[in-house]
Amino acid sequence: MEVESKIQTVDLNLYYGSFQALTDVNIRVPARNVTAIIGPSGCGKSTLLRCFNRMNDLVERTQVKGQIVIDGQDILAPDTDVVALRRKVGMVFQRPNVFSLSIYHNLKFGLRIHNMLSRSDQILQSVRQGLEQVGLWDDLKDRLRTNAHSLTLEQQQRLCIARVLILKPDIILLDEPCSALDPIATLRVEELLRVLRQDYTLVIVTHNMQQAARVSDFTGFMYLGRLIEFADTQRIFTNPRERLTEDYIRGSFG
Amino acid sequence: MPREGFHKRMKELERDVLAMGEMVIDAIHQSVAALGSLNADQARQVIANDTRVDRKRWELEEQCVDLIATQQPVASDLREIIAALSIVRDLERIGDYAEGIGKIVLMHGDQPLVKSLTYLPAMAEKAVSMLRRSLEAFVSRDAKTACAICNEDDEVDKLYDQAYHDLLHRMIENPSVITRATYLIWASHNIERIADRATNIAESVVYLVTGTPTELNVSKY
Repeated sequence: MEVESKIQTVDLNLYYGSFQALTDVNIRVPARNVTAIIGPSGCGKSTLLRCFNRMNDLVERTQVKGQIVIDGQDILAPDTDVVALRRKVGMVFQRPNVFSLSIYHNLKFGLRIHNMLSRSDQILQSVRQGLEQVGLWDDLKDRLRTNAHSLTLEQQQRLCIARVLILKPDIILLDEPCSALDPIATLRVEELLRVLRQDYTLVIVTHNMQQAARVSDFTGFMYLGRLIEFADTQRIFTNPRERLTEDYIRGSFG
Repeated sequence: MPREGFHKRMKELERDVLAMGEMVIDAIHQSVAALGSLNADQARQVIANDTRVDRKRWELEEQCVDLIATQQPVASDLREIIAALSIVRDLERIGDYAEGIGKIVLMHGDQPLVKSLTYLPAMAEKAVSMLRRSLEAFVSRDAKTACAICNEDDEVDKLYDQAYHDLLHRMIENPSVITRATYLIWASHNIERIADRATNIAESVVYLVTGTPTELNVSKY
């Protein structure tokens, strides 16, 4: 079955100064699915992820060649509104990066910088929806004014996901989102990702191969800046076509 | 190799599957010999030994489950464990067929055989050869040989056909041999089933190598 693709790169090459971090990457990220990118440290998986909302623009001397097409638009085009792009393509990081503000204001913050503020009852409605989507509303509804740093790491990470969701993105990029969490919290966040895939396109970079196997529908394996193999997750973990993929996931190298 | 311990355990699993294969091959030889000479003691030995085969099956299944639970095998490692699980079940059942021939020997008792065993040893030899080579193909990951073995099952089916019709004729000629001839038909059928199980093992090898479950030869029986 042909799945509609949400993100597509065409001959994507990326250089940090003279170092080539990505080489001829052609990937099609299917819409409303979870796509995992795996590979050894330094293989370019985080770099690729950061291309999708142009976070690499923030790294000096970065040069990008090729195309990154999201919904038919090449986001590398000079007239791209990067702020709007980053609203549409949200990102969650390794360590929960909540602001030292109340839970409520953490969520309101994104709305404010994206000029999405409206009447306060509507803001509260958005906050509530965001927290409900990540399963935090019942626990936190009575203490929205407490500082977000008082939450557990898992709650903080969920709050970060809520902060992305509240901006109504299409795509959510997750860079090792569970690496700071304990195993049980990890499994719960993975469950959340499975629910979110119904409405969003998720791309997750992870070192944890079992996590990729559990949480994703499609998996891409990267090595030395190249996308070696991309296929549905079941195939990658039962019968990969490429020898390099096989050796990596079996733990024969790396 | 970062997972040396794990891959050592996978090699051990392969060795244990082969060892279990040798146990059931020995049981087949012993049971057919016991039938040929109507040796009740030898037949009892085959029956008694089958509990060792059963024990080995559970032991190997436990090893497989443990590897899956603790090592998170993927790709060819995962397929090898799945193939091993399937193979040890086939081997256990092959052991039961040999045990069954032992029981037939005891039922047959001291009466003379209806006729000297002509087809049965040839069938057994063919079935054992298929079995041994499918196990070798498992270790060497040789899908081509495994496919070829599956086609040999037709030869065993043909021998079984001949034995069946031969014995049927004897029953028609002389109804007093019906009981004894039936025992020999049962024994031949057991050997025929052993060859089918060897085919199953060859199919497991093809799965292990290619990743695609394949039905390679549907037995006539």
